[in-house]
Amino acid sequence: MTEWDRTASQIRRAEEARRRIRIRTEPVLPVITAPPANGAAPQDHAVVFDIRNMTVFYGASRALAGASLKIYRNQVTAVIGPSGCGKSTFIRSLNRMNDAIPGFRIEGQVLYHGHDLYGSSANRVEVRRRIGMVFQKPNPFPKSIYDNIAWAARNLGMKDKLDDRVEQALRQAALWDEVKDRLKDSALGLSGGQQQRLCIARAIAIQPDVLLLDEPASALDPVATASIEDLMHNLKHRFTIVIVTHNMQQAARVADRTAFFSLDTTGPTRVGTLIEYADTETIFRSAADPRTRDYVAGKFG
Amino acid sequence: MSATSQTGFFDTMPFDPTASLTPTGNLRRRSAVSRAVQIAATAAALFAVAVLVIVCYGVASRGASALSFSFVIDNPSGLASGGIFNALAGTVEIVAFGALIALPLGILTGLYLTEFAGPRSNTAGVLKLALDMMAGLPTIVVGLFVYGLIVIPQHRQSGFAGAVALSIVMLPIMARTSQEVLLLVPNSLREAADALGVSRWRTVLSVILPAATAGIVTGAILATARAAGETAPLLICDSLYANDSTSFNLFHGVPSMSMFIYQSYDLPLQEAVTRAWGAAFVLMMLILIANIGARLLLARSRAKMAT
Repeated sequence: MTEWDRTASQIRRAEEARRRIRIRTEPVLPVITAPPANGAAPQDHAVVFDIRNMTVFYGASRALAGASLKIYRNQVTAVIGPSGCGKSTFIRSLNRMNDAIPGFRIEGQVLYHGHDLYGSSANRVEVRRRIGMVFQKPNPFPKSIYDNIAWAARNLGMKDKLDDRVEQALRQAALWDEVKDRLKDSALGLSGGQQQRLCIARAIAIQPDVLLLDEPASALDPVATASIEDLMHNLKHRFTIVIVTHNMQQAARVADRTAFFSLDTTGPTRVGTLIEYADTETIFRSAADPRTRDYVAGKFG
Repeated sequence: MSATSQTGFFDTMPFDPTASLTPTGNLRRRSAVSRAVQIAATAAALFAVAVLVIVCYGVASRGASALSFSFVIDNPSGLASGGIFNALAGTVEIVAFGALIALPLGILTGLYLTEFAGPRSNTAGVLKLALDMMAGLPTIVVGLFVYGLIVIPQHRQSGFAGAVALSIVMLPIMARTSQEVLLLVPNSLREAADALGVSRWRTVLSVILPAATAGIVTGAILATARAAGETAPLLICDSLYANDSTSFNLFHGVPSMSMFIYQSYDLPLQEAVTRAWGAAFVLMMLILIANIGARLLLARSRAKMAT
């Protein structure tokens, strides 16, 4: 271990400790840095997803009704809402993970850089190669740490300088310092938080364009959660991130823009609906819809 | 891995994200390989089914002229006429008695391995090894063993000895399949029951076994089906010369399907050979019906659990 590594590791630990303290004393509405102009699209960010009237059915039942929103490049977009409001359905429809669910049917359009994600010329394997996903429960393969990261790259034919790729992915996921001496050990020996960062490293190792995170921190303790949130601030410079969370503070801390989904109970059946979508500051401080205001104030959900 | 590799990979995209969603990189080749493997797997599955269909067709077509309702419900008269009711009933009797011994023992063994032996128990390890070796034992050896154990002391071949031999064939299959399906019952169920202060055997009886019923029943079907077609142990332990017997005294020779087929096929009469094929077909149908019946039962119990 060089002097530089030791210093870096100390700084990292201090940073972690700082976050830990912040969590305990955190105000309900944390300060959000540099929000874009209210409601308006951020000017220097290209549209990655243009979702038009997305409606999802599982068999006869409607899980999500008519969601329309745009997701911008190099931003963190959070999806919040109570249980069963279609958050997961929504995010899983962005890389066609729902295709495998029997009875799944989607209406409306999901345009990814202008190309229809569900169009006849869209290859779903290619879709997932570009749009990576990290799941709620850490799901490392029962392989070594190294092989977990290298596996997809090998399969995709990115075998050039594989060691460097693994290192870079682990560094990006802020896991390198913790595992660099035991890359050949089983990934299952890592802690929950480390496993989840490994899964993020695994996802970014093949350099996707978008990273979808489906409640990535809900199974983790506050310290591990903090390290995942830190990551997102760094990762958004390279990736477009969509994160589903049931933790409002987390959305407030990490997201540039926030979409609030809820259950519409006015019709004959309960169906997930997009209530409001705006920059995070607006959602948390001056939401237009009373349901959004109630939710972020903790009155239900 | 050096510090100089800090830049590189993540600064450049390996593909143009704005390009249409047609395959990039080596995806075209990977899709082709994937499709080839898919075709091979489908072909293999079809081949396996085809073999079964050919066997069924072969047996049915050769035995068709012997098949009739009376063939199933009548007792035989002479060497090559009458029905096979006694053999059918004898097989059911022997297998049922064998199952009576093997199934409880097998399930209890499975329970011991998963629920009662500790995770690092040496006994369990030895037991598993013994069961695997037992499953691989040639059935004629099992027959000889039971011959020495029961037939010689009694000075008599009997359906009982045959049933004991079949139970030895069934036991390892039953024990291992029970163990496998009990392992699939999630540990959270055991913890939930433990946390309610309920004793282990109660938990086993009313939580773990019900959760594993489907697999255990499947194991039982496999084990009995295997035993129903077994020939070698019956040849040695039960009598080859009981095919015309209509007595089902378990302590005498009891007729059985496999003995009937074995003997009829050896007779120099075309009629007898046809009857052997017919009996083989009936035996297959018997196993099929038992299989379907058990699955129906299962589906019903599952439907109950789901609500």
